[in-house]
Amino acid sequence: MAILEIRNVSRRYADLSAVDEVSFSVEAGEFFTLLGPSGCGKTTLLRMIAGFEAPDAGQILLDGVDLADTPPEKRPVHTVFQSYALFPHMTVWDNIAFPLKMAKKPQEEIRRRAQEALEQVHLADKSSHFPHELSGGQKQRVALARGLVNQPRLLLLDEPLGALDAKLREEMRGELIDLQREVGVTFVFVTHSQQEALALSHRIAVMNRGRVEQLDEPSRLYGYPANRFVADFIGDINLMEAEVTEASHSHLKLRVPGLGEVMAPPLPDAKAGEKGALALRPEQARISAHAQTAELKNHFHGTVRGFLYLGDVTVYTVELDNGVSMDALLANSAPGRAKFFDIGDDVFIAWRHDAGLFLRE
Amino acid sequence: MTSSRWAKWLVSLPPTLFLLVFFLAPSLIMVAASFRYPGEFGGLAPLFAVSGRESGLTLEAYRFFFGDFTYLEIFLRSFAVAGLTTLICILMAYPLAWLIARSPKKHRDLMVLLVILPFASNFLIRVYAWIIILGPLNLLYTSFAVIAGMVYVHLPFMVLPLYTNLEKHDPALLEAAQDLGANAWTRFWRITFPLSLPGIFSGAALVFIPVLGMFAIPELLGGTGDILIGNLIKEQFLDNRDWPLGSTLSLMLTVAVLGLAALAAWAGRTRRGRAG
Repeated sequence: MAILEIRNVSRRYADLSAVDEVSFSVEAGEFFTLLGPSGCGKTTLLRMIAGFEAPDAGQILLDGVDLADTPPEKRPVHTVFQSYALFPHMTVWDNIAFPLKMAKKPQEEIRRRAQEALEQVHLADKSSHFPHELSGGQKQRVALARGLVNQPRLLLLDEPLGALDAKLREEMRGELIDLQREVGVTFVFVTHSQQEALALSHRIAVMNRGRVEQLDEPSRLYGYPANRFVADFIGDINLMEAEVTEASHSHLKLRVPGLGEVMAPPLPDAKAGEKGALALRPEQARISAHAQTAELKNHFHGTVRGFLYLGDVTVYTVELDNGVSMDALLANSAPGRAKFFDIGDDVFIAWRHDAGLFLRE
Repeated sequence: MTSSRWAKWLVSLPPTLFLLVFFLAPSLIMVAASFRYPGEFGGLAPLFAVSGRESGLTLEAYRFFFGDFTYLEIFLRSFAVAGLTTLICILMAYPLAWLIARSPKKHRDLMVLLVILPFASNFLIRVYAWIIILGPLNLLYTSFAVIAGMVYVHLPFMVLPLYTNLEKHDPALLEAAQDLGANAWTRFWRITFPLSLPGIFSGAALVFIPVLGMFAIPELLGGTGDILIGNLIKEQFLDNRDWPLGSTLSLMLTVAVLGLAALAAWAGRTRRGRAG
């Protein structure tokens, strides 16, 4: 059953449409992510769920009940703020006990549950510290414990990892997943980082200019982006203008200017003459020094023009004979080798006929 | 010594000298004066006998001060007036400071300017204005008039530190408190108020201490029963020509204020100690 339902919600600031007719629902126990560039409306949407802003149109339902007349303090929805917003004059313990005190829980229950929450985030020894005595990661954990301690129906997280440095961010990612699994609370997570979204979420709504562009599981978003925006925003991708020349239930034939004919997986009700783009992930493009077996129908010769060494993988930029430039990724798994190709090397680029994707305009 | 340490010395030298010459030295002179005899026409009697008159050191002024209950009464009344003035200033300044801090940024400077605008006219003229206001209301020369004058003159000293404090509060804290279930009343008492305590304390110090020493307002607006320490001290120097007693009174006032400050600091420390 859907725990949260967003129905045609819109929010305008002056003449700017921050959130435009957005609808989706979040299932109980789900780790749901709103992903998009800054200004896409994801934070506005989160603030409307928390109750700090009211939608101009549409409804927000929690457990089937419209929240329009419920002020933020009455909503069983808690938020982890980007700045953490820990109360500076209270100890870690008092910060965590705050929501329980507000809910007028009995003294004994406050003590027990605050202690549990502290232990859950591994801060039992920090209970009498003040926020300014904590590191960034510890503040983050206090904010999480404070948000979860009174068992909200929803926990909203507004870019909670944004203020941490890269290494800590990776660590906290793992902790967030574990914590969410452990407490079973439904998370609605806002981020502009596609990596974070892919790593953490059960489902992701990709937002752009106030609208949801695509809502799906991480692997499907990555593998089957619905349009150019999603394809481009999530991961790296080669996008080439293309026109359908032949459509069947088993494959598409595309004409890519400068490349010629390319085979692509079929698309329901695609018609010859349709224009769009061919999208191909760099890891789908196979790069090699020799011509490849005929099984790979999409097969082109080119020259290495540049590469980006990323440690685990290297991304080669290859200029094909007919002028088109493509990125191809190669894992650096062979021991003792920094890279397989150098600038100026002759290479072949190939990909399977069922790799790549035709994106309509 | 490195050049940066030299620079520190050089920069701190003028204010240090100033304080030594114009604060510490006069204070020590005052302490010394309190142990001497008054001179015949004001000032102090000579330290060494000249012509059979009282000379040398004495505890006379202290005996006088501790021997007369009236002085203690005036001290207590002064502290009561200062306390009441401070309290009223807090109650009046808090909403105002909060309002300014919550206004759009572009309006704030103008509002702060309006708060300090009364300083543009002379202090005595502003107090005389109260005579004109209170006279027809038959409230002149009463304790009420004294308190009204005190509050009026000192209000900006409460508004400014409070505003400076409230303006810095992170609005996200109030949102977080609301998000976690706190209503408006609780948000104020649990978040805004405790965080504004430093502002209240500095405002209170800026009001309480000057009010204790103030003599012009009770003299102009108060009745005979509204005399405060400030008046008493002024009287000793200008009317009674009893410098030693005046110095003793000043010294007692200083000691009382320092004692109070120490008490406040100690209370603040134990409070924090308990919280931590």
